[in-house]
Amino acid sequence: MIGRDLLGIEDLEREEIERILETAEHMREVGRRDVKKVPTLRGRTVINLFFEASTRTRASFEIAGKRLSADVVNFSPSGSSLKKSESIFDTAKTLDAMDADAVVVRHGVAGVPKRIADLLEAPVINAGDGAHEHPTQALLDCFTVLQRKGRIDGLTVTIVGDILHSRVARSNVHAFRKLGAEVRVAAPPTMLPTRVEETLGVKAFTSLREALDGADVVMALRIQSERLEGAFFPSVREYSATFGIDRAKLSYAKEDAIVMHPGPINRGVELSHDVADHRPSVILDQVRNGVALRMAVLYLFAGRDPHGSVAGPGGSA
Amino acid sequence: MSRWILRGGRLLDPATETDEVCDLLIDEGRVAARGRDLEAGDTREIDAAGRWVCPGFVDLHTHLREPGQEYKEDIATGGRAAAAGGFTAVACMANTQPVNDDPATTDFIIDRAEHDSPVRVYPVAAATRGLEGKVMTEMSALVAAGAVAFSDDGKTIMDTGVMRRVLEYSRLVNVPVITHAEDRTLVSGGVVNEGEVSTRLGLPGNPALAEEVLIVRDLALAEFTGAHLHVAHVSTRGGVTAIRAAKERGVHVTAEVAPHHLALTDLEVLEFDTNAKVAPPLRSAADRDACRAALCDGTIDAIATDHAPHALHEKELDFREAPPGMIGFETAVAVVLDLVRCGEIAPLELVRRLSTQPARILARPGGSLEVGAVADVTLVDPERSWLYDPAKGYSKSQNSPWAGCTLTGRPTHTFVDGRLVYDVERGILT
Repeated sequence: MIGRDLLGIEDLEREEIERILETAEHMREVGRRDVKKVPTLRGRTVINLFFEASTRTRASFEIAGKRLSADVVNFSPSGSSLKKSESIFDTAKTLDAMDADAVVVRHGVAGVPKRIADLLEAPVINAGDGAHEHPTQALLDCFTVLQRKGRIDGLTVTIVGDILHSRVARSNVHAFRKLGAEVRVAAPPTMLPTRVEETLGVKAFTSLREALDGADVVMALRIQSERLEGAFFPSVREYSATFGIDRAKLSYAKEDAIVMHPGPINRGVELSHDVADHRPSVILDQVRNGVALRMAVLYLFAGRDPHGSVAGPGGSA
Repeated sequence: MSRWILRGGRLLDPATETDEVCDLLIDEGRVAARGRDLEAGDTREIDAAGRWVCPGFVDLHTHLREPGQEYKEDIATGGRAAAAGGFTAVACMANTQPVNDDPATTDFIIDRAEHDSPVRVYPVAAATRGLEGKVMTEMSALVAAGAVAFSDDGKTIMDTGVMRRVLEYSRLVNVPVITHAEDRTLVSGGVVNEGEVSTRLGLPGNPALAEEVLIVRDLALAEFTGAHLHVAHVSTRGGVTAIRAAKERGVHVTAEVAPHHLALTDLEVLEFDTNAKVAPPLRSAADRDACRAALCDGTIDAIATDHAPHALHEKELDFREAPPGMIGFETAVAVVLDLVRCGEIAPLELVRRLSTQPARILARPGGSLEVGAVADVTLVDPERSWLYDPAKGYSKSQNSPWAGCTLTGRPTHTFVDGRLVYDVERGILT
């Protein structure tokens, strides 16, 4: 039922998403033990291949792998070889020769995990490719909402910020829609992708107030530092005044709405301090759930025996 | 020089408005006679029954990469690939290393082509020195050396004042200025057509607007200066509309379209295949259909391949870093024959856009099978089905979205100056 690779949410069926979320629920229990380790992936090698700098996602995958007893190797093609000179093909062949059991890939350009997957025997897990997809982020976001709300079907999820350049937005749109939520996006017109409504099946807003009206989940996106000044909106001050979420703006949403952010937060830009640090913010739940969710993903995608079936749970819950 | 008789083919000669089954006699490098049951005498004979007999195809837009990037292509290999694609003459762009902005480089290309290439090679010189968009090149010296047109091609001249002077000055030498119409400030790093596909894939979009804005600018400049503007590889509905309106106003403008923009859409990039990355990008179905209609109604004058070889290691980079472009000589005829099969264009009109009109745009011989015309002749088997494997082609590079596809229609013989340079069964003849 689960495919070989996890490249994007767009490729997944609702049942596959639900299976991953159910598995994550079991994995969460491991994180609450005194000895946070199960032998499930003992003897397996997981390579974190990060072409783009990342501390949080890489650490989350590394902890997830280690809790499953996998040998986790971080491979970050540095400065020179990361640049234009090294072909994806060469990198992939190098990794194949090391007999990895799974390769977790992050790259700044859309499509690289897919092209690596085309070349590798080992399963490939996309940890973020350009503005394309970041499937484990979306899955952990769904997991967090499910925890807080008990359901996703019928909820209204509003994603606010730089939709145009956001892989988190694309993956979350696909995930929440597949699980039955209504998804809205809100951004300055310069940060909404062309034909976003027809293409992604969302409602697009340039008024934050309208976008938040009746929302159960408010997800703010990080504005990348290189876009904080100039090209897409006039100033940080203007952005935070129009699209930054503070208590007053949050009041447009449902009373019990929760606030999410994939991190790291530009405080005072996307979220005010009081919104970021207190309920209804679930930002730290997202981080915590990230480990359990990535354990589930590694278990389901890296835990197969050579004949393709998933290995036994081997002591996990 | 040998005599050839092409027996019983369908003669498609736009120059004389001829579409009839008859024989064609080639002698002394010229079309010597045409008619039924011509006396054979001491001639070699080709059974052309079921084939099209056409004036040799002329490609206005190619990259032969020599001098400087011979690892991608050179004049010999590019010339052979062109001959195998039914082309008897190709115009090559100036973005070589060094740039063809100097008569010595133009001389070199012409000299090399005479020795190495089975087909005629017409250098297009840079419009500005070093393709920098600042100082115009020595146009009269370059034309004297053999340059047939001026273009900075992919390094679009963004300074409108410079483009005005280039167009004005080109009237001194009476050759076309070719514009690769993309406003770089609107392209802004875009690598696929901006639309549903870019929104889905999260790849930076290059909007149709970037082409439309620059076509409109250059049409206004052409109208103002009276110069001959040639618009390269039109890919958008808006661009087509602007050119159509300009032609109605009497602006001296001609235009070309590439086979890939007639056949493919941006859906080709859904698998992130860098062989489908090209500039301008593959567009929406609506843009493609507008280009097809414009070619058929005459708004677009010519088909040009924009043959752009790149090495495997360059196309194996990620989608942002991989260079744009695809090879096109050997697949072009099969791809554009689809327009005939779909009933969109008559064979004679297709040949006009592959041969007669591009020859006229460059004011070169060819494009005609009148008695006495130079014997550049291409035979096409429009029904021949074949598997395209670029590794077995003549180009040094293999960057084609049609790799592994079964295509229908193929040139079977190519004559340049009355000499058979390509025969599909025997390959390039030297």
